[in-house]
Amino acid sequence: MTAVVTAADTLVAQNIFFYVIAAVMVFGAIRLVTTKNIVHAALYLVLVLIGVAANFVLTMGEFAAATQVLVYVGAIIVLFLFGIMLTQARIGREVDVDQDKRWVAGLTAALLGAVMVFALVDAFETTDIREGPRVGVEVGSELAVQTTEAVADSIFSDYLIPFEALSLLLLAALIGAIVVARRE
Amino acid sequence: MWLNQFLLLGAILFCAGVYGVLARRNGVMVLMSIELILNSVNINLLAFSAYHGNVAGQVFALFIIAVAAAEVGVGLAIVLLIYRNRSTIDLETASLMKG
Repeated sequence: MTAVVTAADTLVAQNIFFYVIAAVMVFGAIRLVTTKNIVHAALYLVLVLIGVAANFVLTMGEFAAATQVLVYVGAIIVLFLFGIMLTQARIGREVDVDQDKRWVAGLTAALLGAVMVFALVDAFETTDIREGPRVGVEVGSELAVQTTEAVADSIFSDYLIPFEALSLLLLAALIGAIVVARRE
Repeated sequence: MWLNQFLLLGAILFCAGVYGVLARRNGVMVLMSIELILNSVNINLLAFSAYHGNVAGQVFALFIIAVAAAEVGVGLAIVLLIYRNRSTIDLETASLMKG
């Protein structure tokens, strides 16, 4: 009996955490696309990226969460800050970071959002994430952590060729970025 | 937890990113909005990965993270080049190929 209560408690805690994180992420995302200060925009992006990592943990993707923090928050944000530093001397509010016809962009995003929300609510309604077609698992049982071992097995067996292609892509991007950004 | 919690969060972040790409005229800010879009897709992939009990979604998310890293590197190099040639990264002025 105690075990059942504990599992339900865990689920409530997961839900509370999800909604707190989701609120922070939506706030960060909206500020990211509306703020006039470019450095602040990069810092709001950090907020969203950490939230995404937290969501990865909630959906049991431990390795993806670690990679998200290492690659995005550790490397890509630093790259963005360097980009901001190198492309403008002024740190502070900018007058013209937005297009003149913002309302068109707002309308497009709102229409897209309405269509997607309608489609998702129509398709999945209140399906629980634990009621999926998992193989060899009882329907409705707790989610199992997708271990790093399983991910590695999958990458280096089923997805070996895409993985090698990705290595080549990274090499090409590295060389391309150096060639493009180098002074003559 | 509903599956839709994650999918709707991803949809909202995606729309915010689309708004950013369309409404911004600063090159670096457009790149940041693209990152927002890529991340919203990753949330969906991980949610479906848990739903189906299959690691494929997580593998795809890792691939997307790697591709996004390459994209930011090349994108910032291009923005830097535009800045060096024109002393501004206002995308309104980059209209050489406009018909």
